[in-house]
Amino acid sequence: MTTLALSDEILMEIEKPARYIGNEVNMVRKDPAEVEIRFCMCFPDVYEIGMSHLGIQILYDMINKREDAYCERVYSPWPDLDRIMRERNILLFSLETQTPVREFDFLGITLQYEMCYTNILQVLELSGIPIWAKDRTLEDPIVFGGGPCSYNPEPIADFFDVFYIGEGETRYHDVFELYKSARAQGASREEILYRISQIPGMYVPSLYEVSYHEDGTLASFEPGQEGVPKTVVKEIVMDFDKVPYPEKPLVPYIRVTQDRVTLEIMRGCIRGCRFCQAGMIYRPTRQKDVELLKRYARSMVKATGHEEISLSSLSSSDYECLKEFIYFLIDEISNDDVNISLPSLRIDAFSLDVMKRVQDIKKSSLTFAPEAGTQRLRDVINKGLTEEVILNGAMQAFRGGWNKVKFYFMLGLPMETEEDAEGIPKLCETVAEAYYTIPKEERNGKVSITASASFFVPKPFTPFQWAPMLDPETYRDRARHVKDTFRKQLNFKSMKFTYHETDVSALEGVFARGDRRLSRVIYDAYASGCIFDAWTEFFDYEKWLSAFEKNGLSMSFYTTREREVDELLPWDFIDIGVTKRFLAAEWERAKQGIVTPNCREQCSGCGAARFGGGVCFEGKS
Amino acid sequence: MKVRVKYVKSGHFKFIGHLDVMRFFQKAVKRAGLDIAYSKGFSPHQLMSFAAPLALGVTSEGEYFDAEFNSLVSSDEFVRRFNEQMVEGMTVKDVILLPDDAKNSMSIVAASDYHITILDKEEDTACADRKAKLLEVSGHLLEKETIEVLRKTKKNEKVEDIKNGIFKLYPDGDQLYMLLATGSAYNLKPELVVEALCRETGYEYQKFDYRIHRIETYMRSAEGELVSLLESGTRISNGNAQG
Repeated sequence: MTTLALSDEILMEIEKPARYIGNEVNMVRKDPAEVEIRFCMCFPDVYEIGMSHLGIQILYDMINKREDAYCERVYSPWPDLDRIMRERNILLFSLETQTPVREFDFLGITLQYEMCYTNILQVLELSGIPIWAKDRTLEDPIVFGGGPCSYNPEPIADFFDVFYIGEGETRYHDVFELYKSARAQGASREEILYRISQIPGMYVPSLYEVSYHEDGTLASFEPGQEGVPKTVVKEIVMDFDKVPYPEKPLVPYIRVTQDRVTLEIMRGCIRGCRFCQAGMIYRPTRQKDVELLKRYARSMVKATGHEEISLSSLSSSDYECLKEFIYFLIDEISNDDVNISLPSLRIDAFSLDVMKRVQDIKKSSLTFAPEAGTQRLRDVINKGLTEEVILNGAMQAFRGGWNKVKFYFMLGLPMETEEDAEGIPKLCETVAEAYYTIPKEERNGKVSITASASFFVPKPFTPFQWAPMLDPETYRDRARHVKDTFRKQLNFKSMKFTYHETDVSALEGVFARGDRRLSRVIYDAYASGCIFDAWTEFFDYEKWLSAFEKNGLSMSFYTTREREVDELLPWDFIDIGVTKRFLAAEWERAKQGIVTPNCREQCSGCGAARFGGGVCFEGKS
Repeated sequence: MKVRVKYVKSGHFKFIGHLDVMRFFQKAVKRAGLDIAYSKGFSPHQLMSFAAPLALGVTSEGEYFDAEFNSLVSSDEFVRRFNEQMVEGMTVKDVILLPDDAKNSMSIVAASDYHITILDKEEDTACADRKAKLLEVSGHLLEKETIEVLRKTKKNEKVEDIKNGIFKLYPDGDQLYMLLATGSAYNLKPELVVEALCRETGYEYQKFDYRIHRIETYMRSAEGELVSLLESGTRISNGNAQG
């Protein structure tokens, strides 16, 4: 039996001790003395969130398939344990062998959202690893960052040794081989990092030098040494059916956010919505073979005992074998003990049929994500969904017995006018009125419409990367105006409108497009007590404001400023395949309200075709 | 067909709460490919019910749940297939078939017994004294007219006489042994008895000084004797396994 890092007394004192003891079903056990590489994978948020993440399960499985490596896990200790660890000088430890994280060769931190940045510092500090990469020695693990936020790693560049740019399945093996030989040769830390920078997809921030203009914009961003690549090309899996997939995923004891079998059916999206970062960075779209997915569905349900199976992709309706696969799941997998959790689907005869079969109509609702209230603005953001499509789908569903509709919108989109904002309640009203055109005996009671709006945050590697973000006051006023406009609608009693908080989004906006100077702000905010910023109960905006003030940086420089297309951006050194020229052309088309067709309708020459596969070559061999 | 499963919860598994243990078994049954029955309705659930919830931090070698199966395998096969799906700290000990009219385990539980280890630190004489004193007093506590403890509820505290809930209490080597009322009629937690002992000896009760282990869970036989919950049914032999 493994000796736990925490005493019985501590485990009984804190909330949910199961977060810290490991030993879950399908946990990988190895003798650490028998491996050459110890890798600790970290999701810098609480266990229940981290355990729900597919990416970590994929890499955990992949690394552990190597005989010479042992991948373990660590998550952010919840504040109750955080306090105890600081008081009693307990080092942060891995779940599997309860070993101090500091003793590992690698610490890999996944970067899924900006608001987890202070938790990274928590993990480092509690591990006894120097927070600043420059202070680390050979005794410390090499700290890797990866995941969506590493597409602009600059705000946290000073805390990391390496960022892995792109999909994790491709290059860790090269890193491990290099590390083994470098250690055997007695290479220094600097030498190891330099050699890692030679592996495609690896960004070693300490090897680059940054200078700024007087106005705060970037003047230069260059390798500081001979041989360090000027640009880092993202890594991408092109044989999508051949990469390993975790057929025996970990099954936690406590209820986690996504407590189910997750099947990734497709990576990337053909749609090209101009606000969406995932839609660009994962190009080109690649689909998994449907027969392979059927096999996974069977084996994973069996290996986990989960009651639910769900599909993961950016736009499931665009998966070409979706019909076949969902009917397979309904007919062959789903029964008393396995439910199908449907992804959000385009509403049509097929999706209504499957919804009817796997959900309770009385409880389930239709979901639409028009994102913007008017057709004009939907054209600006390149969201293909039209009012006609929404109405047709909704009417089909209403006739089939549904009466609940959910709408997702964004506020603060580029080129958004008051009319666009008012379009949100108007669209809801149109749908409500359509409902009541159905004779009373054919409809199912009152209609119920829920609309929610989030605060648009411009992201790197999207056509809106140059766009100004709305300032929080204007956003708040606009959201209130939308709320007031809802009250003026005929059917306002059947509608509910909620909107997201502004302060967190503003900060997210800073980090999304921030530069290296922000490391100090994050450090100071953390030092003053900021942690778990993604959790409303812990988020302390005032502390963040003082951290900005202390460092003489203004949030609005990063958020509300409109960037010129020729400005050097902090993430320009990364090459995602999609070219800056394409993004700039899309930004121009957005301003003119011109829609760009999706990848299957017509290739727009974004640049991702150079990876030599996926949707760019569909139907061509 | 209803069966009763006896299992052992030990080691780090004591940090997994009762609801999560239930979820653990629900998934384990499915991984084992056992033919469990489901309730009817739009969201069917496994027909499974647990005998007596165990508090977080307590280990046990006498835990039970009942479950309904559509088809059976032999007791040995049940045990084997369950244990293939267990993890460190969880072991299935036995499986029996219940008669059709058997009451579920939760409603028949009457008592359970415990070993309490009094933790002492090496060379700490105060600890050793406390331990000796508690063990000594435990042999005589039941001679008292009433045994009073403070029972805290959500709203207030009240003094309660727990004597009726203590069937046996005595030192057993260097551990405390106690047999206590358990179940829906009257449920007495072992911590309260330890607290009563501390009260009696004048020591302050600290919950981390004691390690609690449940030995067995009991029901009353027709004659009124306390017997194991396994007495309700019979083991399933190979020949009796039915589909």
